[in-house]
Amino acid sequence: MLGTYFTFPELLLWIPLITGVITLFLKNESQVKRFAFIASLLTLVVSVISLFFTDVAHHPNYFYYNNVSYLWMPYIGSSFSVGLDGMGFLLTFLTALSYPLIIATTFKREFKNAPAFFGLLLLSQAGIMGVFVATDALVFYFFWELALIPLYFLCSRWGAEKRIQATFKFFVYTFTGSLLMLVGILYVYLHTPQVSANSIHSFSISAFYNTVLSYGDQQWLFWLFFVAFAVKIPIWPFHTWQPFVYEQANYPSVMVLSAIMVKMGVFGMIRWLIPIFPEAVFTFNHLVIILSLIGLFYASFIAFVQSDLKRFVAWSSIAHLGLMAASIFVVNTSALQGVMVEMFNHGINILALWIVVDLIENSTGIKKINELGGLATKSPWLAFFLVIIALGNIALPLTNSFVSEFLMFNGIFVFNKWYAFVAIISIILSAGYMLRMVQLVFFGKESGAVENMKSINCSQFWILGILVAGILILGIYPEPVINLTKESVDSILKMVNR
Amino acid sequence: MNVMNWILLIPLLPLAGCLINGLGRNQLSKRTVGVLGSLTIFISFCLSVAVFFETIKPGFSTKVINYFNFIKFENFLVPFNFQVDQLTAVYLLIITGIGFLIHVYSTGYMKEETNEGFGRYFSFLNLFVFSMLLLVLAGNYVIMYMGWEGVSLCSYLLIGFWFKDHANNDAAKKAFVMNRIGDAGFLLAIFWLYASFGTASYQPLYNSENGILTALTTLNTTDAIGISLLFFLGAAAKSAQIPLYTWLPDAMAGPTPVSALIHAATMVTAGIYLVARSNILYTLAPFTLHIIAIIGLATAIFAAIIALKQNDIKKVLAYSTVSQLGYMFLGLGVGAYSAAVFHVMTHAFFKGLLFLAAGSVIHAMSGEQNIYKMGGLSKKLGITYITFFIACLAIAGVPPFSGFFSKDEILSAAFASNPVYYVLGVAGALLTAFYMFRLLSLTFSGKFRGTHEQEHHLHESPPVMTWPLIILAILAVVGGFIGLPEVFGEHANVLGNFLSPIFSHSEHLLVKNTISHNTEIILMSVTAVLSIIVCLWAFNKYKNPSTDGESRKGLAGIIENKFYIDEIYDAVFVNPYRRVAYFFQNIVDVKVIDGVVNGVGRFVNYSSRQMRLLQSGLVGSYLLLMVIGMVILFIIQFFFK
Repeated sequence: MLGTYFTFPELLLWIPLITGVITLFLKNESQVKRFAFIASLLTLVVSVISLFFTDVAHHPNYFYYNNVSYLWMPYIGSSFSVGLDGMGFLLTFLTALSYPLIIATTFKREFKNAPAFFGLLLLSQAGIMGVFVATDALVFYFFWELALIPLYFLCSRWGAEKRIQATFKFFVYTFTGSLLMLVGILYVYLHTPQVSANSIHSFSISAFYNTVLSYGDQQWLFWLFFVAFAVKIPIWPFHTWQPFVYEQANYPSVMVLSAIMVKMGVFGMIRWLIPIFPEAVFTFNHLVIILSLIGLFYASFIAFVQSDLKRFVAWSSIAHLGLMAASIFVVNTSALQGVMVEMFNHGINILALWIVVDLIENSTGIKKINELGGLATKSPWLAFFLVIIALGNIALPLTNSFVSEFLMFNGIFVFNKWYAFVAIISIILSAGYMLRMVQLVFFGKESGAVENMKSINCSQFWILGILVAGILILGIYPEPVINLTKESVDSILKMVNR
Repeated sequence: MNVMNWILLIPLLPLAGCLINGLGRNQLSKRTVGVLGSLTIFISFCLSVAVFFETIKPGFSTKVINYFNFIKFENFLVPFNFQVDQLTAVYLLIITGIGFLIHVYSTGYMKEETNEGFGRYFSFLNLFVFSMLLLVLAGNYVIMYMGWEGVSLCSYLLIGFWFKDHANNDAAKKAFVMNRIGDAGFLLAIFWLYASFGTASYQPLYNSENGILTALTTLNTTDAIGISLLFFLGAAAKSAQIPLYTWLPDAMAGPTPVSALIHAATMVTAGIYLVARSNILYTLAPFTLHIIAIIGLATAIFAAIIALKQNDIKKVLAYSTVSQLGYMFLGLGVGAYSAAVFHVMTHAFFKGLLFLAAGSVIHAMSGEQNIYKMGGLSKKLGITYITFFIACLAIAGVPPFSGFFSKDEILSAAFASNPVYYVLGVAGALLTAFYMFRLLSLTFSGKFRGTHEQEHHLHESPPVMTWPLIILAILAVVGGFIGLPEVFGEHANVLGNFLSPIFSHSEHLLVKNTISHNTEIILMSVTAVLSIIVCLWAFNKYKNPSTDGESRKGLAGIIENKFYIDEIYDAVFVNPYRRVAYFFQNIVDVKVIDGVVNGVGRFVNYSSRQMRLLQSGLVGSYLLLMVIGMVILFIIQFFFK
């Protein structure tokens, strides 16, 4: 069966789901960690193998065939259908790659109630995978929630003092968004054409794409979906939950949230929002782009004066995502291609950044930027990795983000010169805040507080090494990622411009 | 064997050196690191020489070598390609040649560093050479941009090489961020090129059949002006022109050989390379050329004035570099492209030499950089003194040293374009002569003014440091002869003739006034004589200074404080930025946005509490509400239908 259309998406879903449930019932902590790690490795192996069967990504029509694996609720026209296109391959690979690395960073850490922690972590992976492979609106919604619920628990039970408050905010924001989207999904569903004899309407993605919605309907439906995705990304001004949660939650959850989960928002916009409401997109695109650019600058400003390392990473991430959001709504080849590549690049860059921050806080107990200093003398390898990661974050050429930011800026320029003139200023600001952080944390004299900082050990070396290698390789030779996703870009643009 | 097949090795060897030195910095001995670092550059230099000989062969035409597609989808293509022509060949020789000398010099200069620091230093320096070579070898603007940012990065790493001192880190950060302002312009120019012409490769843009030349004569010139101005923004940041020059003097925080290589000889001339490379574009946008000429001239004079009152040996040289770069832009601005490249070359010789000699002085003075605490060093540091002296003559424009010819070529082109440019240019040149001989006099003649300990410790540098000085001094003397003015013969300007294929299209288009040979000879003599007089005056004036050089009052004080430009930038840009950031963080985010979010939460909470009262359980009130509701529905039904 290997290589057929359903195998991979199914496996990518079921492995984390089943192993996650099993993990909940394990007892011994080290056993739990090992099991979770092996489970996530297994997913990674499947994902890597799937990359050898990406031919389907080059036949985009295949994606919209009736690829039902089993009937789910035929009477309402929903079936459990999953599939992968180029964008899906890329994002499931990102997810599969991140989890083993995230779990590997936890090996030396103690967690209260480890089975629950790792079980929930794996369940969230299943949810995220589901979002990326779903080709049925109801399935998509189901997994969207499945991805969030484990994270609510993870963030509220393991973390810093104000975690409950932070998680509550996160919950209110995301849940409001989700509910609005559900209303939207149902409304669109009621307007879908009949595709099977069993029911009048259908939840399948192709039915959604073929739904004819009046311009007036599109205008308000657009916002129902938009808010759900904008909260996830987050687009300014829907962002205030993010720095708070990132500051309070535990590191593995934060890594999942920022490396992968924000991509759900971006993914949702590209897969569900833009193709279904193209006319509304062209009505509101200027508004959304302006909001995104405000977010880009707003976050860049705040990152520059941020004193908390975790909040700093959060703000820098919001800035990057502002650029991505603006590029999505530019809706042209260059910008969307850039967004595709950036989704992956941002994932590994921010993951690497979190791993470094995690290491620092764990060794020194400090996450205040001003209290740190001189770590480069204490841990030269960490400094070496961090500098490359920071350069990746500010999109220096020969690192991965250069390619994606170049394409995004170019896309914005093609759309409207003046937006590009404004947006490009962000590369100056990003250099400012990133280098400030590097300087205060790593350079200067050693502060007394960093005495406990040790040189990084072997496993940490490999974790960071893999990510840094990814940053450099994709910076020099980005073609594989571009080739993988360019058909997805084409098919989206075809739908928008139909 | 065709050397063009091996061209990839020219940048890759320094990259290999960077990796080996960087990764093995704790294992390898300093000797190995030094030899490896220098050797890779030397081999690159040999290959560059071979390339150069290839380009002077008759019948040589520009060579483009495609390696792979960096980015490709639909009709958007960024190839990874190299282009080799005469301009590239000249730059290759400068970069690898001077780069090699400075690597050798560094093995002596950085000897006191720890093993780890030594390896790191050579790794960064090799990486710099790699980036710079990528910059000049690139066959399109995107690849050039890679090198462009790469050299910024290396500059950042090397300025902040001694990273325990935050002053160095601040200088490094400032250099990087200010360069990024230019990078933003560079990127926008690339996007504009893609939007207008669908490509950013030189070959399709600048060929005469279907390139920009034919496209722009039919289109309007807005594109040419926009693109060329944006590229110039990049060039102005990298080459430290007004208003983006303030990073370069601060960049002196790095080790002195770094200042010589990056902040004098090579990286800062990348801006000139960019404009020279795009000369057709600039020729099509005369407006931009005027701007370049004015900014270049203003920078040349402004920086020269500041240099008059600087007391730090490296700061004087830094402002001098800014000023000389201004001259190169003046040359570009008046359309004398090859004269600008000529000045890049001679400047690389004498300014590289000045910095290395200054390094030798600082080395001897145990780190002292204040020239008022030096004096009389000529006795102990013979070789350094003589080479420094030669470099001063060259930069001051005393014939027949190299600087004379290159500066003269620029100035006579300026005269042809606008005599006012010429007069101001000569004034700047005289300022140059003055501050250089003030520097020479304060450092090397008169009595020693430092501490006894320093005097006891004074010594000439080891041969690895003096030999590069000697070689550069020879080049600073004879380097000018490859660009003799036409007065001396039909084909006297060898460099100009060599570079002419690059600039031929521009030559056809530019409307140039020519000046007669007699005028040229008069101009040359006037500048030469004036320069010599100023040199002698300054040298004698500062032989035995009576003050400690600090003047706190009046104009002198303002000049000494660099016209407070840094302070003004801080007050106008940096501090407001920080304040706005705090405003966003503390007011907008917490009070406004979160206020709304929490307000919504409170409203829901409050209203549900009120709504709860409605469910009182009393059947009577339910009935009442029902009746009221029905009445309202009827009213709506009747009156609004």
